[in-house]
Amino acid sequence: MQRFIRFIKDFSFLDLLTGLGLTGRYLFKRKVTVQYPEEKTPQSPRFRGIHALRRYSNGEERCIACKLCEAVCPALAITIEAEPREDGSRRTTLYDIDLFKCVYCGMCEEACPVDAIVLTRNHDYHFENRGENILTKEKLLAIGDKYEGQIAADRAEDEKYR
Amino acid sequence: MSDIEIEIDGKPLKAKPNSMVIQVADEAGIYIPRFCYHKELSVAANCRMCLVEMEKSPKAVPACATPIMPGMKIFTRSPKALAAQKAVMEFLLINHPLDCPICDQGGECELQDLSLGYGSANSYFTFGKRSVADEDIGPLIETEMTRCIQCTRCVRFGDEIAGLRELGATGRGEHMEIGTYVQHAIHSEVSGNIIDLCPVGALTSKPFRYTARAWELNQFPSIAPHDCLGTNIHVHTRTGKVMRVVSRENKETNGTWIADRERYSYLGLYHGDRLTKPMIREHGVWKDTDWQTALEFAVKGLQDVIHQDGAEQVGALATPNSTTEEFFLLQKIMRQLGSSNIDHRLRQIDFSDQDSFSLFPELEVPIADLENCSTFLLVGSNLQKEQPLAAISVRKATLKGASVFAVNMMDYRFNFKVADKKIAAPHEFVFALSGIAKAFLPELSELSDVLVTEQDRLIAERLRAGEKTVILLGALALNHPQAALIRWLAHHIAKASHGAFGILTEGGNASGAWLSGAVPHRAAGGDSLQQAGMDAQTMLQQARQAYLLLNVEPEFDCANPRMTIEALEAAKFVVSLSVFKSPALERFANVILPVGPFTETAGTLVNAAGQWQSFRGVANAYEESRPAWKVLRVMGNLFHLQGFDYESAEEVLQELKLLLKQSPAHAKEFKGTKVKKPGNFLSRIGEIPIYAIDGLTRRAEALQATQSIIEGDLAAVRVHSKTVEELGLRSLDVAKVQQNGCEIRLPVIIDDRVPLRAAYIAGGIKATQDLGELLGPVEISV
Repeated sequence: MQRFIRFIKDFSFLDLLTGLGLTGRYLFKRKVTVQYPEEKTPQSPRFRGIHALRRYSNGEERCIACKLCEAVCPALAITIEAEPREDGSRRTTLYDIDLFKCVYCGMCEEACPVDAIVLTRNHDYHFENRGENILTKEKLLAIGDKYEGQIAADRAEDEKYR
Repeated sequence: MSDIEIEIDGKPLKAKPNSMVIQVADEAGIYIPRFCYHKELSVAANCRMCLVEMEKSPKAVPACATPIMPGMKIFTRSPKALAAQKAVMEFLLINHPLDCPICDQGGECELQDLSLGYGSANSYFTFGKRSVADEDIGPLIETEMTRCIQCTRCVRFGDEIAGLRELGATGRGEHMEIGTYVQHAIHSEVSGNIIDLCPVGALTSKPFRYTARAWELNQFPSIAPHDCLGTNIHVHTRTGKVMRVVSRENKETNGTWIADRERYSYLGLYHGDRLTKPMIREHGVWKDTDWQTALEFAVKGLQDVIHQDGAEQVGALATPNSTTEEFFLLQKIMRQLGSSNIDHRLRQIDFSDQDSFSLFPELEVPIADLENCSTFLLVGSNLQKEQPLAAISVRKATLKGASVFAVNMMDYRFNFKVADKKIAAPHEFVFALSGIAKAFLPELSELSDVLVTEQDRLIAERLRAGEKTVILLGALALNHPQAALIRWLAHHIAKASHGAFGILTEGGNASGAWLSGAVPHRAAGGDSLQQAGMDAQTMLQQARQAYLLLNVEPEFDCANPRMTIEALEAAKFVVSLSVFKSPALERFANVILPVGPFTETAGTLVNAAGQWQSFRGVANAYEESRPAWKVLRVMGNLFHLQGFDYESAEEVLQELKLLLKQSPAHAKEFKGTKVKKPGNFLSRIGEIPIYAIDGLTRRAEALQATQSIIEGDLAAVRVHSKTVEELGLRSLDVAKVQQNGCEIRLPVIIDDRVPLRAAYIAGGIKATQDLGELLGPVEISV
C-alpha cells in the first residue's frame, strides 16, 4: 500500500510542486538581501570594528600610557612602550595592535580611563602586505582623526547606558 | 619577663611584653591595614588606618600604638573595626588625586589595594581637592606631593635611619606638606629607600618613571656586587630586560634597606658603551667577528707568547666585582698554563703581608652584629660612602650609645657622631695610627720613634674599655703604600682592646677572589703556593708580554692608571673580557670579548663576613655577549686544559667547595716594620668617589648626576685653606698637578676637611685618569 502511494506521488510531481510553491511564495515576498557594498545594514553605535586612538579637541592625544588596555587584552594583541615626553607628561612611544591577534572583544575600550582607544564602526578593511596587520600609533591616530565625528556621536548616544 | 597572652580575632596568642598589637598580629599572620606603620621605623600612629576594636574600649584603637596587655581581646574584622577603617579610608581619599592611570605606583600602591579592600565605592566629598607644589629633590627621586597621605614614613626614615633630616612635614592638618627643608637634592646615599617606603605614588623612582607597570615586571632575587656587604636585591625585568632594582630583605646582610648605588647601578647596564660582538684587532684595525674566531685568536695569541717568552710572561687581572666562579676559572686557566700571575687587588700597592691573612681578609663580626658593637675605630675609611649600609648599622649602634673614633686622611662628615678623630695626610697616616697603637703597647720596638699624645691615650683608653670593639679598615687604608704596616697596627690595636679586626674590602667579591685563588700566592681553596706569582703591582712594574683582563678598566680601576696603561700598551698581546668598551681598551687590547654583567650571569659572591650568596642570571644576554664563566670555560677547552667540562656555574662552585674543605686556615699573624717619622711633602688623597667605583656605576647617568651634586666638582684639587696660601694659589685658580712625570691642570677648591700637606684629587674619574698613584706624592703649582 505504501509503495503504491509512493508511486502516485512520484508520478504526479507532488514533491516538486510543494518545493516550487515555497519558492513561489518567496518570489513575491519583500526582499531582505543587501547589495553590499552599495548598500549596508544598519549598525549599532556599539559596533566593534577597527580600532582608533582619539584626541582631545585641542589636538592633544588622549592616551596616557596607563597600559590598562594592554593588561586587560585577552588576546595579548596590544604592545605599549612609554616614557616621559619632553613636557614631562606620560605618553606612549609605541602603541601597536596586532589585528591578527585581536578578537574585537572591546575590553580595551572598556578599560580605558580616558576614552582614548575605541573601536570604530569601520569593519571593511583589508591587508595586502605582510606587516600591515600591525596598527601603529600613527595609523591608529589617523583612523581616530578620520572618524572622530562618528566616534564622538556614538559615545554620546551610548552615554546614558553607562 | 614572661610572655603575655592576648586574643586576636578569637585566636589565642602569646607575645613579649611591650610589643604592639600590630606586631603580634603580623607574627600570627593576621593582616591589619596600615600606612604609617613600618617595622623598622618608630611608631607615629598618624594614618589611623590600623584602627581595631578592643574589648572594653569605647572607641577603636590604633593597633600600631597600642601595647598589649594581659587578657586583651582584639577584633580586626568586627563591624566596629571595619566601620572605623572605612571612615579613615574615606578621609584619606578626600585629598588624594584620582590619577592612578598616570601614577607609577599604580598596580603596587598600598592605598589602591586598601581602598579596594577596606574602602567605600563612593565618596560624599564634593569640594575641591587640595594640591601641593612639587619639589625637585634630585635625579633619583620623582615627587608628586599632591598624592602624599602624610604617613611620614620618609621623614622618619631620614631622621632615624639615614641620619639626615632632609624631608620634613610643615603645616598642620589640611595644610600639612612634606618637603625638603633646604630645597636641594637629597644628600643621603640611601635616599632611594623612601621610594620603597612610600605607600602611595608621592615618591617614585625618577629614572624608572613611566617606563613600566608593576604587573608587567618579573621579579628575580639577586645580589648586588658593588660593595663587600653582599646586599640582597630584587631585579625587576620586562621582556628579558632589567627595568629596575628594589630591595630584598635579608637580616644577615643588608636588613631591609639597600643603598642607592645598588638601586640605580642598573642604569648603566644598557649604556651605549656595551659591547655587542667579539672584536679582534688585526694589523691595527678593529673588526667585529664571531665567537669562534675571536676565541681562537685569543688563545693562539696567548699561546704564541707562552711559546716565545714563557708562561710567566702572562699576567691576569680581574675586577673584584667578578663572581667566584669567574675568579676560579680564570686562575685555573692561568695556573694550568703555568703562571700564578693573577690578582684582583687592583687598587692596592702593598702586598708584603699577603701571607698573613687567614683564608681571606675578614670582617670578623657578622654584618648584622655591627649595630650591637659598642666601640668603633675607623681606619682610613669613608664608611658612609664606601659601605653606606654599614654606616647605617654603625649609626644605629651610636644611637644605642656606641662611640666611634676615626683615624682618617680626610675629615669626613658622617651620618653618625664621631667621638674623636685624628686626621693626617696619607704619608703621615701610619705615624698618626701608631700613636694609638703605642698608647696600647709602649714596649713595641718598631714604635720607638712614635710620640703618644694625650688624644692617643684617651682614644686607646676608650677602645680598651669598650665592651665590643671593632676596628674597621676602609679602602684608603688598604690602598695605602704602607698598607701592611697599617694592618699590623690595626691588628695590634684590635688584639689589645679585645676587639674584632674587620677589613672592608673594595668591590663586591674580594673574599671570593681569595677563596677561589685569584691571588698570586694562594691556590683555589686557600692553600699556600710554594712559588707565589706576581701581584697586581709587580706584574705592571715588571711589565708582562701578555695580559688577560677580566672586566678591568685600567684607567679607573687601578692603583696607578698611568703605569697600568703603559704596561698594557707595551704588551704583545692583551685579551680583555669586558662588559663595556672604552677608548683605552681599544688602544691596548688585541681581543675584546663581550661578557655579561651580574644580571646576565649565574654566580656567587662572598661578602666580607664570609657569607656565600649565589644568584642566577635574570636578564637576557645583551646582543652577543656571554656570561664570563662560559667564555673562560671555552677558553680552557681551546687551550686543551684538563677539567673544563662544566655544564653549569654550580658545578664550578661545587669543585671549589670541595677544595675548600681540604684546605687549612692560615694563622693570622701580621709583621711590623719600624715606623719612621714622615717626610715633609704634599701627598695625594686619591679616593674613589662613591659612584665611580666600577664600570657599571660609572655609566649610570642618574648616579653620576647625583654624585656631582653631593660631592661637588670632582675634577678639581681640594686643599686646605692654609695649604692654598703656602702654595701661593687662590680658590678656583687652575693649578698644575704633577705626579710621576705627568701633568694635568685642575681648578683649586678650598676644602678644610683636607689635612695639611695633602691634596684631595679623586681617582676613578676621567679628569684624573692620566695621573699616577692614588696615594702618592704630588706636586701642585701655579
